[in-house]
Amino acid sequence: MGRYVIRRLLQMIPVFLGSTFLIFVMVHALGDPVNALFGDRAPDPVVAAQIRKQYNLDEPLWLQYLIYMGNLFRWDFGTTFNGQSVTSLLATAYPATIKLTAVAFTIEVIFGVGFGLISGLRRGGWSDNTVLIFTLIVISIPTFVTGYVLQYLVGVQWGILPATAGEDLTLESLLLPGIVLASVSLAYVARLTRTTVAENSRADFVRTAVAKGLPRRRVVLNHLLRNSLIPVVTFLGADLGALMGGALVTERIFNIHGVGFYLYQGIVRQNTATVVGFVTILIIIYLAANLLVDLLYAVLDPRIRYA
Amino acid sequence: MTTVIEKAEPADRLTPGTPLLEVRDLHVEFKTRDGVAKAVNGVNYSVAAGETLAVLGESGSGKSVTAQTIMGILDMPPGRVTAGEILYRGQDMLKMSNEQRRRIRGRKIAMIFQDALSSLNPVLSVGYQLGEMFRVHEGASKKEAKAKAVELMDRVRIPAAAQRVDDYPHQFSGGMRQRIMIAMALALQPDLIIADEPTTALDVTVQAQVMDLLAELQAEYNMGLILITHDLGVVADVADKIAVMYAGRIVETAPVHELYKNPAHPYTKGLLRSIPRLDQKGGDLYAIKGLPPNLYKVPSGCAFNPRCDAATDLCRTEIPALHQVLDKDGAELEGRRSACHLWKETLHG
Repeated sequence: MGRYVIRRLLQMIPVFLGSTFLIFVMVHALGDPVNALFGDRAPDPVVAAQIRKQYNLDEPLWLQYLIYMGNLFRWDFGTTFNGQSVTSLLATAYPATIKLTAVAFTIEVIFGVGFGLISGLRRGGWSDNTVLIFTLIVISIPTFVTGYVLQYLVGVQWGILPATAGEDLTLESLLLPGIVLASVSLAYVARLTRTTVAENSRADFVRTAVAKGLPRRRVVLNHLLRNSLIPVVTFLGADLGALMGGALVTERIFNIHGVGFYLYQGIVRQNTATVVGFVTILIIIYLAANLLVDLLYAVLDPRIRYA
Repeated sequence: MTTVIEKAEPADRLTPGTPLLEVRDLHVEFKTRDGVAKAVNGVNYSVAAGETLAVLGESGSGKSVTAQTIMGILDMPPGRVTAGEILYRGQDMLKMSNEQRRRIRGRKIAMIFQDALSSLNPVLSVGYQLGEMFRVHEGASKKEAKAKAVELMDRVRIPAAAQRVDDYPHQFSGGMRQRIMIAMALALQPDLIIADEPTTALDVTVQAQVMDLLAELQAEYNMGLILITHDLGVVADVADKIAVMYAGRIVETAPVHELYKNPAHPYTKGLLRSIPRLDQKGGDLYAIKGLPPNLYKVPSGCAFNPRCDAATDLCRTEIPALHQVLDKDGAELEGRRSACHLWKETLHG
C-alpha cells in the first residue's frame, strides 16, 4: 500500500511537468499577449519591450518555462498584467469554488444515490420510469440552458431564491447555482446507481441476506447498497475533482467569482499568468483526486490489493 | 418478541406426530415473456425433526424452486404460488404476513446455498455476516456477536477461528467457505435446514468432509434436513428418505436403501443405471434418452413418457397419481410411493 502510493506520487511528476509545459505552449500559441493588452492600437515599441522584459517574454519559450517552474517552488504563480499576483487571485477564487462545490456535491450525492436506489429497486415501475425520463432530459439539455431558465424562473419570475450570488456567498444564494451545477452529474449518478442496484439485487449474497431473516431495510442498506456503491463512489471522486476545477458556465451565469470565472477572464484577455497558474493548480487537484479514488477502491472492496 | 411463533409451539407439543414441515400440493409457476413456465406442479413432502429428506432431480425439476418457496425467497414476480400449503408446525406459512415469515427465516428454517463464494457478501467480513444473525434476531451487541461468530467457526472446525473472524470470504478456501455457510445456517439452532446442493461446487475430497459435518451437526441438534441434490452418491450416506422429482412433480418416494435396491419408477431406474460403476470400466455410460421437458410445454399424461421405454397409451393421456406401492403379497410398503401407471411392472417385473 505505502509502496503503491509512493509509486503513484512519483508517476505524477512527469505527468505534472508534461501537462504544465503543454498548457504553457498552448497559451503562447494564442498570440502575443502584449499586443492583446493594447487592443486595437499599435503598442509603443519602448513600452512593449519593457513589458516583455518585465515578464520575461523576450526569453525563449523553454527558458520562460524553466523560470516559471522555478518560481512555482517559491509559491510564486506569477503576476498578471495589471500587477495582481496570481496567488492572491487563487486565494479569492478558491473559497467561492469550494463553497459552490460543497453545495453541488451534497445535492448530487443525496439525490443521485437516492433516486438511483429507488429506481433500481422498483425496476419498470412508475418511479423508475420517472427517474429515467427526468435524468435523460437533464443530460440532454446543456448547462447554460438549465442555468438561464432556472435563474429566470426561480430567481426572477417566482423570486424563491436569489437570482445571482455575487460577493456575499450564502447557502441560500448558492442553492440555485448548486442545483444547476449538480444536475448533470446527478443524472449520471442516479443512472449508475440504478444499474448497479438492479444488478446486485439479483445477486446470490442478497438472496442469502433475505434467507437469514434480515429486515428489508438492512438487506438493502447493508448488503445491497454497500456493494452497489463501489462504482458510484469512484465516479463521485472523479467528479469532485472536476467540480473543484470550477464551473465556467455556472459561475458566469450566477456571477460567482470562483475559479471558472477568473479562468474565463484570463483566457478572454490573454492573461498568460492567470491561465497557466490556475491550470497548474487544477492539474494538481485532478491528480490528487484520481489517486484518492484509486485508494478508495481498496477501502470499499477488500478483494482489491495494491502491488 | 416473536409472539406468533411462540403461539405455534404449544400446538406442536400437543400433537407430537405433526411433522416439522409439510408441503401440500404446492404449485408454482413463472410468468415470463415466453409464456407461463410451470415449475412446480403439486409437490407433497414432509420432514420430521431429526429426519433427512433428500430431494433428487435434474436441473429444472423444480427441487430448488420448492425450497425457495418454503424459504420465501422466490422472486415474485415472476414467480407465483398458484396453489398449495406449506405447513410449518401445522401453520400455513403462505398465509403469514411478511414480518411473520421473516422471523421464521434464518431462525427456525435456515438455508445453505450451493455456491458459498457468491452467496456470501464479498465486502463484509465473515465475522460480521455470522454475527449479523445474533444482532438481528437476538439483539446481541457487536462484541457479543463477534464472540459468538468465533464460537460458530470453531464449531464447524475452521482452524484458528479467532484470527480469521475478520477475514473476508475470498480469503477462505471453497470448503472453508461452505463451512461458514453451514455455521451461518446453524447460528440460531433452527428446527430445519434446507441445503440446496451444498457440496456441488466443492472438490470430491472436501465434499465428504462437508457432508459429514452437516450430518453430524444435524444429529446433534436433532434438526430436520432437506437435502436437495442431483448427486446420488451424496444421498445414499446421509438421507433417511428420498423424494425423486421430475418436471415439477414427485415421481417416487421411498426410504433411501429400498429406493437404491428396487426403484418403482422408470425415471429412478434410469438415474440409478446412469451412475458410473467400477466394474463397468471401459464400457459406455448409460444415459436416459431425450431431454428434460420444456416447462412451458410439459408433455400430456406422464411428463416422463417421451423418454420412457415402457410408455403405453395410458401414459400419454393420463397423469399418474402417486400410488402407494405394494409388495408382491399385496402388503403396503411403508413410505413407498410411485407416480407410474406401471409401478407394479417396474418394481416386480
